[in-house]
Amino acid sequence: MRDFVRRRRISVILLLLAILVICVVAAAAVGTVYVPFADVLKICWNKLSPFNFTPTWRSVDETIILQVRLPRVIGGALVGAGLATAGVLFQGLLRNPMADPYIIGTSAGAALGATVAMLLPLSMAFLGFGMVPLLAFAGALATVFLVYYLARVGGKTPVVNMLLAGFVVSAMLTALMFLIISMSDKLYAKFHSVYAFLMGGISVAGWGQIAVIAPIIVVGILLARLWAFRLNAFALGEEGAAHVGIDVERSKTVFLALGSVLTAAAVSIGGLIGFVGLVIPHSMRLVLGPDHRALIPCSAIAGAAFLVIADTLARTLHSPGETHVGIITALIGAPVFIYLLRRGGKEYAL
Amino acid sequence: MNTIAIRMNRVTFSYSNGAVLRDVDLCVQKGEMVGLIGPNGAGKTTLIRLISGILDARQGDIQLDGMDTKKLKRSTIAREVAVVPQQFNVPFAYKVEEVVMLGRTPFMKPWHDFSAKDRDVVVRTMDTVGIGRLARRCFSELSGGERQKVVLAMALAQETALLLLDEPTAHLDISHQVEILELLADMNEKGRLTIIAAMHDLNLASAYFRRLVLLKDGAVIADGSPGQVLTSSTIASAYSVPVHIQPHPLTGVPQVVVLPSGNGHR
Repeated sequence: MRDFVRRRRISVILLLLAILVICVVAAAAVGTVYVPFADVLKICWNKLSPFNFTPTWRSVDETIILQVRLPRVIGGALVGAGLATAGVLFQGLLRNPMADPYIIGTSAGAALGATVAMLLPLSMAFLGFGMVPLLAFAGALATVFLVYYLARVGGKTPVVNMLLAGFVVSAMLTALMFLIISMSDKLYAKFHSVYAFLMGGISVAGWGQIAVIAPIIVVGILLARLWAFRLNAFALGEEGAAHVGIDVERSKTVFLALGSVLTAAAVSIGGLIGFVGLVIPHSMRLVLGPDHRALIPCSAIAGAAFLVIADTLARTLHSPGETHVGIITALIGAPVFIYLLRRGGKEYAL
Repeated sequence: MNTIAIRMNRVTFSYSNGAVLRDVDLCVQKGEMVGLIGPNGAGKTTLIRLISGILDARQGDIQLDGMDTKKLKRSTIAREVAVVPQQFNVPFAYKVEEVVMLGRTPFMKPWHDFSAKDRDVVVRTMDTVGIGRLARRCFSELSGGERQKVVLAMALAQETALLLLDEPTAHLDISHQVEILELLADMNEKGRLTIIAAMHDLNLASAYFRRLVLLKDGAVIADGSPGQVLTSSTIASAYSVPVHIQPHPLTGVPQVVVLPSGNGHR
């Protein structure tokens, strides 16, 4: 690999990081109460460093920024980073451009988990999480285990089996979810909250949840980057990957687990936000090429920035009301993706 | 110093629907260039998969440079044997140099992707194979002959002592067929690379390989020089077609000429 390729990758990463920081600060500034950009920066600075600016802002603004908006914005960034990275992992592992974080049934499992949680009393909680995020997380992971188990034959887990098992299990769990909704009067009345989960929306209450989700997603992304060279070898097909020294079944299990945990953590606080995990990896691949060593960090950062923008639009477009963030991601994501595809077109073999 | 590259002892292998290889004994010395011939379904590809450790023998054992393949880790095998498979495609827009770099995977470690040495090897193998000018091209845009050379370069980038090829000249025009085989002969002679290739074209096999192994129904039925293996009786029994064998007018190696039945142009 030539040096200029490496330099270009580093400059893309730095550029994306700068965009992300600007997005986060801008997102924290806007809302029903506008706090000037400079004040947001100073409030953050005061919190992070021993040297302090004298406050020229209302203390209520500080509370809004630190206790309400920043946790939500950071939560959105984590969800975006997690989903985009999981998308890269599933597309690379399954060699399938249509793959997204939900392809092997995590979404259906999470939705069923969230639905069941809504039947439970509101007071139940663990680690600062309500039952909805907890059961969504558990449902997503349990589904992956089930799909993996069903797809396994003779010590191997063929990709085709996994896709088919994922499809069938998803269909079954979705049916089960709607059955539960239609049979429960309580849920029927609360269908709006089920719908909100399905369309996606960042729901973070304070820093406690961030403190749990952030390590999962950050460590997941770092591990994915660490093993990126193995994911590259999967481009050769499973037999080809074995020829260049990859223990295919073990690597497949590892990447599957990594992608699933990232997805489960993201949906637990974000619901089923679509499109991020499909469009961001493809967009980054168009810009940087398919080498996962660059693709993983860049997709993570771009996914974070993209979701911060989408979530900000979702909560400000018809403020004080909120739109579902999943609607925004699809509305922005699809045209951007089509533009990139038409422009990069010829060389980009989907 | 071990001089034997591969030793197979009474190797038997079957997929779920019946025996594919039966009691195969095969010994290949380091530095040999061996052509595997035989009809479709005779077990050539299976033999290559067994040697490269993709499949495990049901019975018998296979030793690579004196080591039992069943006990070796994949990354160790990948430093001993490189494989050019029959079919090969790459999703997404991988560049040629990126594909060749994948041949360095066995030497990579998580914290240390690729070194200056890996880069040198990639540049050198691309030059050896003559694809330096394609380095920045997209693999999926290349012609069949160019792709085959890229895959060969990737396999050579593994810097193994043994190279296995599954029909490296299938679907190529004669200029690419000759180019690939000349390259292999050159690597074998100068680079001391041990080569085993499954071949369909008997005349090319005869022209380029000093040793041929003829497989039929999963068993070795002839093993030796082209002159010993390519006789009208062995070919007739392996392929069930009548052929005429004649020496090449310039080089003297045996050439196989098919004998059309009454429907051919006389």
